[in-house]
Amino acid sequence: MKFINYLEKITGVSIYPLASFIIFGLFFLVMLIWVIRTDKKKIYDISRIPLD
Amino acid sequence: MQVEKFYYDNKIVKWFAYATALWGIVGMTAGLWAAIQLYAPGAALNFAPTTFGRIRPVHTNAIIFAFVGNCIFTGVYYSLQRLCKARMFSDKLSRIHFWGWQGIIVSAAITLLLGFTTGKEYAELEWPIDIAITLVWVVFGINMFGTIIKRRERHLYVAIWFYIATWVTVALLHIVNSIEIPVSFLKSYSWYAGVQDALVQWWYGHNAVAFFLTTPILGLMYYFLPKAANRPVYSYRLSIIHFWALIFIYIWAGPHHLLYTALPDWAQSLGVVFSVMLIAPSWGGMLNGLFTLRGAWDKVREEPVLKFFVVAITCYGMATFEGPMLALKNVNAISHFTDWTIAHVHIGGLGWNGFMAFGMLYWLIPRMWATPLYSKKLATNHFWLGTIGIVIYAVPLYWAGFTQAQMWKTFTEEGQLKFQFLETVTHIIPMYITRSIGGSLYLIGALLMVYNLYKTIAKGSFIADEASEAAPLEKQTSHVRQYWHRWIESRPMTMLVFSLIVVAIGGAIEMIPTFLVKSNVPTIASVKPYTPLELQGRDIYVREGCYTCHSQMVRPFRDEVARYGEYSKAGEFVYDHPFQWGSKRTGPDLARVGGKYPDSWHYNHMMDPRIMSPGSIMPSYSWLLDNKIDTASTPAKIRAMQTLGVPYPKGYDKVANSDLMTQANSIRLSLKMDKMKLPKMQRS
Repeated sequence: MKFINYLEKITGVSIYPLASFIIFGLFFLVMLIWVIRTDKKKIYDISRIPLD
Repeated sequence: MQVEKFYYDNKIVKWFAYATALWGIVGMTAGLWAAIQLYAPGAALNFAPTTFGRIRPVHTNAIIFAFVGNCIFTGVYYSLQRLCKARMFSDKLSRIHFWGWQGIIVSAAITLLLGFTTGKEYAELEWPIDIAITLVWVVFGINMFGTIIKRRERHLYVAIWFYIATWVTVALLHIVNSIEIPVSFLKSYSWYAGVQDALVQWWYGHNAVAFFLTTPILGLMYYFLPKAANRPVYSYRLSIIHFWALIFIYIWAGPHHLLYTALPDWAQSLGVVFSVMLIAPSWGGMLNGLFTLRGAWDKVREEPVLKFFVVAITCYGMATFEGPMLALKNVNAISHFTDWTIAHVHIGGLGWNGFMAFGMLYWLIPRMWATPLYSKKLATNHFWLGTIGIVIYAVPLYWAGFTQAQMWKTFTEEGQLKFQFLETVTHIIPMYITRSIGGSLYLIGALLMVYNLYKTIAKGSFIADEASEAAPLEKQTSHVRQYWHRWIESRPMTMLVFSLIVVAIGGAIEMIPTFLVKSNVPTIASVKPYTPLELQGRDIYVREGCYTCHSQMVRPFRDEVARYGEYSKAGEFVYDHPFQWGSKRTGPDLARVGGKYPDSWHYNHMMDPRIMSPGSIMPSYSWLLDNKIDTASTPAKIRAMQTLGVPYPKGYDKVANSDLMTQANSIRLSLKMDKMKLPKMQRS
């Protein structure tokens, strides 16, 4: 039941966590950059949609 | 640009709001009834449909899918129209959605009470209802996306993203977890077995919490909180980060329900890591909600709606801090299988979901009936009853959970277990009584709300079609560079696909290795398929909801091995369609109980558990002694199992019943030798 047994037995298992972290990491980074760089006015406008 | 005049459909919102209140009361009453049975087993009325094992799934399904489900639809149908500045895509689809969903709820309640269940928590409904859910969900999807497409507001406000993610993920979860092979009209077996079934089930179960009880309600929070406080959300930027981080991370966390079980360690570890990471987006969302009220706390003092929202968001914060803590293996070793989990869930259910629903209804009804709330004072009383109810409900259960776990794990100096299982149960009965008092207060509060809303409705006049005006969307012709997110955001279908990809990554990476690689489930030569009688017996176990109180999973702890026997291995469950590991031990683990007691012990115990175990809180199953097995179903069941890969010999379905009778007769003989009075046995 040890973790390492499974890692050894699954062919190419290391790609799974690696790929997922990279996909998530990149996605998150790009999203973060977008969020930070977006125009203040636009963000303000969108945030007021429910109040219109 | 010419301004267009159009009307919002309030009628559909009204229906869903009524359904929310009605099913809320029904679901809470079922919960209270189940809670009372834990210290007064006689409350099961010695009647199959009202025993704990059947009432509890009615309670959980009613609260999740009927109460919270209708609350989601109420909020979505109200807010989506306003956020899109458009009437719902199709009034007919709205009606089909409403009546379809209520039909599902009623058939769910009836079938669950009659014992038709798949035996998988929060996914108990049998296959015809599963299909109906899929169809109605598609109708909801078409109506929602149709509305988004014909909108008059270019930007998709963040609440709509949460609705889209909810729709797509619930569809994915429901379909994957409900793959089952029908045996008869209302009986099916899960396509998956044992450890794989467990993984899929808790991937589903955890994400039912995430994508049915959390993301849509967050969407409602991002709409109704700014409305009620009359100010925009504290940080719209944070809400975007909150959204993407939450939906990506949540989908991975399911295996934390299976720590120390026979699930491969790597999958458990993955679940733990992502569960801990979940704190960040969850608290981001909570703080965003609470900070929205900055400078408006004076309003909270005056306005019951905001009071409900504040406590709801605080409970969300508490539950989402506690969740990751419970996902740590060392904490889980104590909390799992105890009432701690129940307390945790109810902080979320009563606090977050319930209070969001109440706050929303108190805000919506006066607006749709164009009249002030009948009594703010009554609403404030409801708020306090509910809040005190939550505390009186949860604190005793935390105490009970912790106490019981300690008692389970205590050894004497001689190295013996200090407490019998039953002693650990009778010890916490005062806590069960207190918890039901807390639940009663909460229910009384909800009844006050129904009265208050009824009086409000009686004095107001309903605006079925609310007039509004907005300019239609212009075609974008500018060549100004757009950021990618802005691009997705204005394309709802692309958003749907992106959300699907994001959530599918997590599910696939967790499940594929467990499914494809044989070495993940080492087979054990001595594990044989169930005999026909055992198969029929197992179906009774599933039918009666025994898994709601008993586990079949001995974790590799000293106390569990001493109490129940050798710890469970993945290979033991390869023929278990569905798995029955359970999630709560109100009674002891049953994985190794087979053959431990004589048949006569079980016979008496089923007739009245208190004959064999004085002080037991198990319901009596005296009517089981007279029930006849429908042996006509055996061949179909064997064939279904063969289809699923259980290695019965070819043609075994034809002779299975004779093996069944042989085994049944041997039990009958042993009961006779123990001088049990038996009803006449016959094959039906």
